Amino acid sequence: MTTTQSMNLLDLQGVTVSFDGFLALNDLNLSLAPGELRAVIGPNGAGKTTFLDVITGKVKPTRGDVVFRGRSIVGCSEHHISRLGIGRKFQTPRVYQNLTPRRNLELAVRGPHGPAALLFGSLSSIQRDRVQHLLSVVGLERQAQQPAGGLSHGQKQWLEIAMLVAQDPELLLVDEPVAGLTDEETARTADLLKQLAGDHTVLVIEHDMEFIRDLQAPVTVLHEGHVLCEGSMDQVQNDPRVIEVYLGTDTQEEVA
Amino acid sequence: MADLLASRNLRCWLPWALIVLGALVLPVVLPPFRLNLLGRFLSLGIVALGVDLIWGYTGMLSLGQGIFFALGGYALAMYLQLNELKPGELPEFFSLYGVKSLPAFWQPFGSPLFTLISIWVIPAVVAGLLGYLVFRNRIKGVYFSILTQAALLVFFNFFNGQQKLINGTNGLKTSTARIFGELIGSDGMQRNLFWLTVVLTVAAYLLCRWLTDGRFGDALIAIRDDEPRLRFTGYNPTAYKTVVFAVAGALAGISGALYTVQSGIVSPQYMAVPFSIEMVIWVAVGGRGTLIGAVLGAVLINYAKSLVSEALPETWLFIQGGLFLLVVLALPDGLVGWWRQGGPSRLIAMVGWPPRTATYPALDLDPQVAAEQEQLQNPRAGQQR
Repeated sequence: MTTTQSMNLLDLQGVTVSFDGFLALNDLNLSLAPGELRAVIGPNGAGKTTFLDVITGKVKPTRGDVVFRGRSIVGCSEHHISRLGIGRKFQTPRVYQNLTPRRNLELAVRGPHGPAALLFGSLSSIQRDRVQHLLSVVGLERQAQQPAGGLSHGQKQWLEIAMLVAQDPELLLVDEPVAGLTDEETARTADLLKQLAGDHTVLVIEHDMEFIRDLQAPVTVLHEGHVLCEGSMDQVQNDPRVIEVYLGTDTQEEVA
Repeated sequence: MADLLASRNLRCWLPWALIVLGALVLPVVLPPFRLNLLGRFLSLGIVALGVDLIWGYTGMLSLGQGIFFALGGYALAMYLQLNELKPGELPEFFSLYGVKSLPAFWQPFGSPLFTLISIWVIPAVVAGLLGYLVFRNRIKGVYFSILTQAALLVFFNFFNGQQKLINGTNGLKTSTARIFGELIGSDGMQRNLFWLTVVLTVAAYLLCRWLTDGRFGDALIAIRDDEPRLRFTGYNPTAYKTVVFAVAGALAGISGALYTVQSGIVSPQYMAVPFSIEMVIWVAVGGRGTLIGAVLGAVLINYAKSLVSEALPETWLFIQGGLFLLVVLALPDGLVGWWRQGGPSRLIAMVGWPPRTATYPALDLDPQVAAEQEQLQNPRAGQQR
C-alpha cells in the first residue's frame, strides 16, 4: 500500500480507468513536487476531468495507484481525501446558490466538519478573519449577504476559487478557472494562482493558452488518457506531436 | 402606530404575544370539540416540521414519516393501557385473543419515565438506523422516496397483523384510559393536552430554527443543492443526513403521541400510505424550507379538511388534489414563500390597484442598496451574520 519514494507530494502510477472498455485514462504516470505549479492541457476527451476524478476519489482506477504524501489514497471516500489536503475547483462554478458568499466560505473554511462541530461549535476568530480576508481578496465584500445564485459567472468562479483557498489544502486541483472570465479577471486569476504556489501545490487544467503562458509553469499534455509530453510552454507548443493532436495531421499551423 | 409596528423589537415579540394570547383565549372561545381539533392539527404541525427539515432543507423526500408518527403514538398508548391497572390485570383486548400474560416488550411501558423517553427515542433510533443504511449506500432522490414508502408498507402490514401483540387493525384506545385519575377523553384533560401541544410545537419549532440557522443548516442546504460538491469540501453527508432524519423521526414520534391522546386511538391507519403523503402536501402548501410554513400548512389544510368534510363530504380529496396542483404549478414556495415574495401586493395589482412604483426602480430594488439602508437604520444588525 505505502510507497517510500516520497519526495513527491502526489504520484500517479500507471493509472488506468476503464468505462465499459473505453479507456478514459490509459497507464497515466504523473508526479507533483511540493510547492509546484503545474498546468495540464489536452484536447477534448483527453481525460483531464477523469484524471481529477481519480485523484479526488470520485472514480476508482481500474489499475494503478494514486499516492499522496507517501500514502495510497485509492479507495478512500471523497470527504476523506479532501480532509487529507486535496481541494478541487470544478469546471463549471459550483457554489451553493442559495447561500450567501460569506456562508459558502464559512462552510468551506478549514476546520472540523462533523455535524456536532457545526451545531455546537462556532467559527474561531482565525476562521472568521480568513473568510473576511478572502471575501476582500475576491472582491465580494459588497455581495457577501446576498444569495450566491445572483452573482455573475465571473464572481462565481472567483467565489469557488476562494472556497478552495479557504479549505487550505496542500494540493489544489483547479479545473478551468478562467472559463468565461474577462482578460483582466484572467490575469488576476493567474496572479492569484502564482501566489498560492510555493505554499501550496497547484495543478491547473485550462484551455486558455495565453493564461497558461501567464502562469509560467511546466505544462503536461494529456492525450487519449496518457501523458503525451511535458515541458515548458514553448517546448510543448513546438512539439510536433502536440500540434498533431490539437490540429490534426493536415494542418501545420501553430497552436495558439 | 406604523412606526411602532415596523420597529424591530415589536416584530420580534409580536408573534410570541399572539401565540400566548391564542393559547389563553382559544380554550375559552372555542367549543371543546373545535379546540380538540385545533390541538390535533397543531400536533400534526410537529411532524410537518420534521418533513420540512428533511425535505425542505435537506432535499430528501420521505414518504414514510407515518412509521415514526405511529411508533410514538403506540409507545404512549401502551403506557396508557397499562396505567392504573390492578396488579395481575391485562389490558382488555388481550382476553379476546386468549393472551394470558403480558408480552415481554410491553413490560417497560409500565414506567412513565421510560415511556416519555421512548416516545421520541424509539422513532429516532429506527429512523437513524434506516437512514444510515440508505444514506451510506448513497441512495437518493426518488429511490429514497420509494424505499421509505416500502418501509412504511412493511410496518403497516406488520402492525395490522399482530392482534396478539398490539390488537392489530383495531389499534389501542386511549380515550377511556385514565391519567392522574382523570379520563383522557374529558374536556379538562383535552384542554391541558391542547396547552401541552402548543408548548411542544413552539419547542419543536425553536429546535428546528436552531438546527437550520447556523452552519449546520447551511450544510443541510448544501446537501440539498449540491451534495457531491460538499463531499469534496471534506464533509460526510451521510452523517448529516442520518442526524437530521433521526431528528425528524423523533419529532414525528412526539407528534404521533400528541395526536393519539387527542384523537383517542392509535391504529395502523397512522401508517397508511396516503397519510404520509398528506404530510408532504402540508409542507408543500405551507412552504418548503420555511419551518413556519410547515406548521401553518398542517393546521390550515387539516382544518379545511374537517370543515369541508362536514359541509360537503366526498369532495375533500378533489380539493386536496387541486391544492397540490396549485402549489406545484403556481406557488412553488408555498403560501409562506408567496407571502414573502410579495404575493399579496401582486394579487391586489391583478384586481386593479397596482402598488406604488418606485421612483428609481433600479436603486430601490437593488438588494445591495436595501441592505445598506437596513444597516444604516440598524447599525447593530450589520455586525451579526
